[in-house]
Parts: sequence; structure tokens; C-alpha cells
Amino acid sequence: MKIYNGGKILVGLIIFGALVASPFYLNMGKDRATEKPDIKIDTPEILKLKNKQCIEPKELMRATHMKILDTWRDSIVRNGESDLILISGRKYDKSLQNGCMKCHSNKEDFCDKCHGYLDVKPTCWECHIAPKEKKS
Amino acid sequence: MLEAAITGSRRYWIWVSFLLVVTAIGFISWLRELHMGSGLTTGLSRDVTWGLHVGQLTFFVGVAASAVMVTLPYYLHDYKAFGKMTILGEFLAVSAVIISMLSVFAIMGQPTRIWNVLLYATPNSIIFWDLVVLSVYLILNILCGWTVLGAERKGVPPPAWIKPFIIFAIIWAPLIHTITAFIFAGLPGRDHWLTSLQAAHFLSTAFAAGPSLLIILSIIVKRVSRFDPGNIAIQTLAKIATYALIIHIFFIGLEFFTAFYSRIPGHMRPLEYLYTGLEGHTELIFVMWTSSILAAVALVLLLTPATRRNEKTLILASLAVFFSIWLDKGFCFVVSGFIPNPFDRVTGYWPALNEFFVAAGCWSIGFLVLTILYKIVIAVREENAG
Amino acid sequence: MSYRAKGEEVMSMSRRNFLKLAGVSAIAGIGGAAIAGEVQKSVLETTQITPKAGALTGKRLAMVIDMGKLKSVEDINRVTDACHRIHNVPHFDDPKHEVKWIWTETFGHTFPGQEHKFMPEDMKHEPFLVLCNHCEYPACVRVCPTKAMFKRKDGIVMHDPHRCIGCKYCMAACPYGAISYNLKDPRLAKNLQEYMNPEFPTRAIGVVEKCMFCFERLAKGLKPACVEASNGALVFGNVDDPASEIRKLLASKYTIRRKPELGEEPNIYYILG
Repeated sequence: MKIYNGGKILVGLIIFGALVASPFYLNMGKDRATEKPDIKIDTPEILKLKNKQCIEPKELMRATHMKILDTWRDSIVRNGESDLILISGRKYDKSLQNGCMKCHSNKEDFCDKCHGYLDVKPTCWECHIAPKEKKS
Repeated sequence: MLEAAITGSRRYWIWVSFLLVVTAIGFISWLRELHMGSGLTTGLSRDVTWGLHVGQLTFFVGVAASAVMVTLPYYLHDYKAFGKMTILGEFLAVSAVIISMLSVFAIMGQPTRIWNVLLYATPNSIIFWDLVVLSVYLILNILCGWTVLGAERKGVPPPAWIKPFIIFAIIWAPLIHTITAFIFAGLPGRDHWLTSLQAAHFLSTAFAAGPSLLIILSIIVKRVSRFDPGNIAIQTLAKIATYALIIHIFFIGLEFFTAFYSRIPGHMRPLEYLYTGLEGHTELIFVMWTSSILAAVALVLLLTPATRRNEKTLILASLAVFFSIWLDKGFCFVVSGFIPNPFDRVTGYWPALNEFFVAAGCWSIGFLVLTILYKIVIAVREENAG
Repeated sequence: MSYRAKGEEVMSMSRRNFLKLAGVSAIAGIGGAAIAGEVQKSVLETTQITPKAGALTGKRLAMVIDMGKLKSVEDINRVTDACHRIHNVPHFDDPKHEVKWIWTETFGHTFPGQEHKFMPEDMKHEPFLVLCNHCEYPACVRVCPTKAMFKRKDGIVMHDPHRCIGCKYCMAACPYGAISYNLKDPRLAKNLQEYMNPEFPTRAIGVVEKCMFCFERLAKGLKPACVEASNGALVFGNVDDPASEIRKLLASKYTIRRKPELGEEPNIYYILG
């Protein structure tokens, strides 16, 4: 059986195979967690709290924390609504650096663990300054 | 029709490979600029924030708009001699718009956020409108060119529904260049740019540079294929370029009069920077004088009927017009708007090597598109000629 | 025309038309989903909101700079350093790459055209404080294609570095040269590697930045950092309020503004002292 343009087809197939398989061989040997990330919420600030409750329940935070931050960002930067939020009797700054990170001051054990596992690279930290890790 | 682009002579493939290599170099240089920042990879500074790339936008939008100089006589005034030329003009417009849009994309500090321009559409911003009108013009020219060429290939007249689009493109062409002029002409702090004459001046340079390029491209097409766009068409283009060049030089004279008769420093100093240097900064003098001398040479060659009709001297004249205006509008015009800065200080500018490579990448993508589109035109015309 | 069964005729479509239809449907589907995603409302459910006590508000915030009260280089440096320090403004030695929110220029360069040969020598060399004028009709806001540069209700001409695409149109438009661009990664600056204010972010490479009238301090009821560090040389307030200190000062002393003929209506006034 004669294959027309067999050479070109073979080259094309090899290139296609290389492209499709690239996520696998490009990530081989990289330091990525293969078990579920074990995030730590035992920072000194959180341990001091009587009622260990974030602004929203865990599942909601997991799903929507980026949307929350975007809403806060637009509220503060664009609308000048710098009022504190009152949730369950506690006041919060609508801020990543001065709000969230005040309790979750362990970026590497909290934010980075899940983000690394999911290979998400949020650009927040290009500008926003993470709190220095404290040795407790 | 696209299959014509993947069959070609050795010469064709060498040219395409060359363009692909330059594109790759440009792309890598652009990634370098993104990563390191324009401080280390361009000649830009806090004072001179736009340079070579915005110049390419300015210049090539003009070249794109000049397609109207071919389509208007043919479609509105039944100038039959342009019959074979219109498709070349429309496809040149497509490549020129691509170069312009790539050049603007290349200057952005955060190009991944480009969608913000559409998500948060801002009608008071001229850059927003520039994106809109250039995108529409690109689609119009692809649509009109492809449809008309497709009909020609099948040996039938173009479908009736394409006519309104062609008329729309004719009206749209001067609009795109007026909007591009508005980017500069409405800024309160930049006396050199702030003139009501800006859009008119832009159009005159466009109608000189565009047809000149089209003349050169037509002669190249004639030499590499059996398709001849026609000598009358080329001569008419030359006459259009001549008149446009006269108006352009006249407008330069007007600028000089306003600046130096009024003696207003804001108007005088940018021109001094360009022609005689300012506060020790002389980097653009050579460029500006070359542009002016080329314009003068081109004017003489084009005004003299003997040299305009002779193909060799016409090529020289067209190259002179093209490069004269490219140096002026595609470079000196943008840079001199920032000199002196709002504090009346001078910060000079010269593009870095990386900047040239990125610009070369934009040009090569544009020329690649042009090559492919022209190859298709030639294939259709040669096929029909039998 | 060849014989076709009735059903076949209804179903027949050329391959070309099918591909065209598929392409348009794909674009419409993806485009529609993308738009729907953007329009999706936030699910944040806060219970109550309390305004921060004493936040400084106003409709037309402005500033008077009394050059007579800024006598020494130390006075001036205290003012500019206060701003640059708390806002993590990077310092680069090369003037081409400078990022500055508030700095000094000589009289002739602050007010081009106002200087003449015969004016007092010391005034010719006196450093004048310059910063963003937070104009009423800001050109930078007019030209920004994404509204990353915008005017807030309190009059602050604000910049949103999250939205900025780095096109630098605002820098071309501003007649006062108030805007800086991050030509390099700001975190490479030596001063930021030594110290960064942890309560305020930096900006990233490829976006612009400028004075934002200390909006974050105003929200807490504090005066802008430069005003606080100036020992009374800088007076800040709402010029729309006839009872404000700044209005009284403007009514009692002669002040000039930079390039008023351009119609931007700048809000920084200078007492030449």
C-alpha cells in the first residue's frame, strides 16, 4: 500500500505526540506534592483567637477567595470604600496584606501549599508583600 | 486559495524561511523585554516613554490607510486602470494593520491584560478607538480582498453584497489614520504634537508612503511572476505619491512657520532638537536630515516626467519617499514629542538593539502575511491567464 | 441532480458550510461563556459593615505648598522621604529609570517660562516640590484605555495597578510629568531590598505609578505623609469646603499653579515665599 507524503505525516505525528505528551515529561521530577496539601492554620495569631473562624466558612473560602479579594480590591481602590468589615463581631481590613495575612501569616504553609499542588501561580505577590515567616 | 501559499519556488521558500527566522528572533527579544523590563532592553526612559514601536504603529497605519488611494478611484470613479491593483492595495493594508497592532502590543508592560481594553471599554480614550477602528479595518480588508479574489478565481463578478463593505472600507480608511493622529493631537502638554493640522499631515504622508510602497511591490510582483499590475496603474500611483509628497513638504513648511514666526519655545525646541540638536543632544540630527534630503531627492525625481516614467528612477524615487517618511513619521515624530519634557529638560533617545529586533519581528510577520497573500493573488491571476 | 431520499435532502449541507457553522458556534459559545463568567456576581456575604471612624473625605482634595516654610534641604528631604518610604517607591541611580512620586525641581523647570534673567539668584536655584496635581480635568484619566487611571469621588486622581496594561499613554498625556513607569522590576532596587513597608504593596514591572494623595492614610483619618512631615509647610484639605483651613489660606495669600493655561485645573497651589 502506498502512503503519499508518508515522510511528512510521520514528522507531523512525532511533533503532535511531543506536544500532547509535554505536560507529562515537562513536569517529571519537579518538586510537586502528589498527596493532598497539608495546609497549616496554626499561626501564632490564629492560636491567640478564641473563636477560630475565618471571614467565611472553609469551603466558601476555598471556592471564592479570589473573588472576595477582587471585590475588596475594587471596593477600596476604585470606590474608596475603606470601611472595615464586621463579621461575627470581629473587624477586618479589606486587604490581603493587612487583612488575610494578619492571621494567615504563614504564606509558604498556607497559600503556597495548595497553589503549588494545583500549579496555580497567582501574581499577587509580585506587588503585595508577604509577611515574614515567624519561627514559632 | 490558501494552498497557493504552500507551493512555491526555491526563492519563495528561502524568503519565507528568512522571515520566519527574523520572527523568531523578534519574539525571543520581546520575551526578553517583558522579563527584564524596557529599562534594560530599550532606549526608553521616564521622559521618553514612546519610541520606535509607537513610531511603527503611526507609520504603518498610514500605509494601511493608503489602500483607499487605489480602491476609491476604481470603485467610486470607475478608474479601470486600477482594476488589477486594488487587491494588492487591500492585502497591503492587511499586512500593514498587522504590523501596527503587533507594534502596539509590543510596547505594553502588561500584555496579558490586553483584554482590559475591551472589558473596561473607555470611549474617552483614543487608544480604545484605535483598537476598534484598526480591528474593523483589518476584517474589512480581509473580507473584501478575499471575496473579490475568490470571485475572480471562479471567473464570475464579485457578489453584490460585497459592494457596501468596499464602500465602507473606503470611508473607514481615512478614519483609521485620523484616529491615530488624534492619539497625539489632543495631548495638552505636547506642543509639537498639538496641532489641528496633525490628521491632515498624517494623511498626506500616508498617501505618499503607501502608494510608493505599492509601486515597489508591484514592480517586484511583475519581476517574479507573470502577473503585471499594469504600467498605467503604476504611473497613476506615482502621480498620487507626488502630489501627496508636495502637500507633506508644504505642511512641514507650515509647521516651521508657526514655530519660528511665533517664537514660542514649546514649538521651536522640538524642531531644534531634530534639526540642530538641543542642549547637547544631537542623536536624531542625522536621521532627520536624511529624511529631509530623501524627500527633496524624491520630489525632484517624481516631478520630472522623464524620471517618473523610467522604471529604475521611479524605484529610487519610491524608495526615497518611503524611507523619508518612515524616518520622519515612524521615528522622529514620536520621539521629538517628548523633547523637551514637561520640565523643559532634555532626555535623549536612541533605540537599543533588542528594540530593533522586536520591531524587525513585527515587520517580518507583516511581510510574511503580505508574501502569502500576494502569492495567492499571483497564483489566481496566473491560473486565470492560462 | 442525482436522486436523493427526502430525508437526505433535508440533512444535506456542504462540508464548507458545516465548518463555517461550527466555527461560528464555537466562537459564540466560548465568547458567551466567557462573558457569563465575568458577569457572575461575587458570593461574599458579609453581615454588617462599619465605616472607619474619622476617615478624611472631601469632594475636591487639594494642597498648598508654602515654599517659604521649606527652608533647608533637610526640610525637603524629610517630606519626599516620608512618601517614598511608606509607599515602597524604588530608587534607581540612573535618572532614565527614576520612579518618583514627589521630588524637587528648580523654579524655572517647575514653572517653565516664568523664570527670567533678573530674578533673585537664590530663587533661581531654590528647590520646588513637585508631585501629581490631581487635576480637575486630568489628561491622564482622559486617555487611559482601561480606566486604570481614574478620578475618585473625593477628587483623588487614582491609579489601579491591577488593571494597568502599561501602555504609557497617561505619561504622554500628563503635561506635568507626574507619572513614573516601572522600566525595571522595582524589587531590584537596593532601597527595597533593604526595607519595605509591610503595610503597603510595591508595584510590578511594566505598570505606571504616581502620588495617590495617601488614600490609605486618609481612610484612617491621617494626613498625607508629605503633609505630616512638612511641619506645616504643606496644607491639605477640601477646597470645596469654604470653612476649611486650605480655603482660608488660598483666600489670604497669593498662590500660583503649574501651567494653568492648559485648562487641567491642577489642585496643587504654591506660595512662592
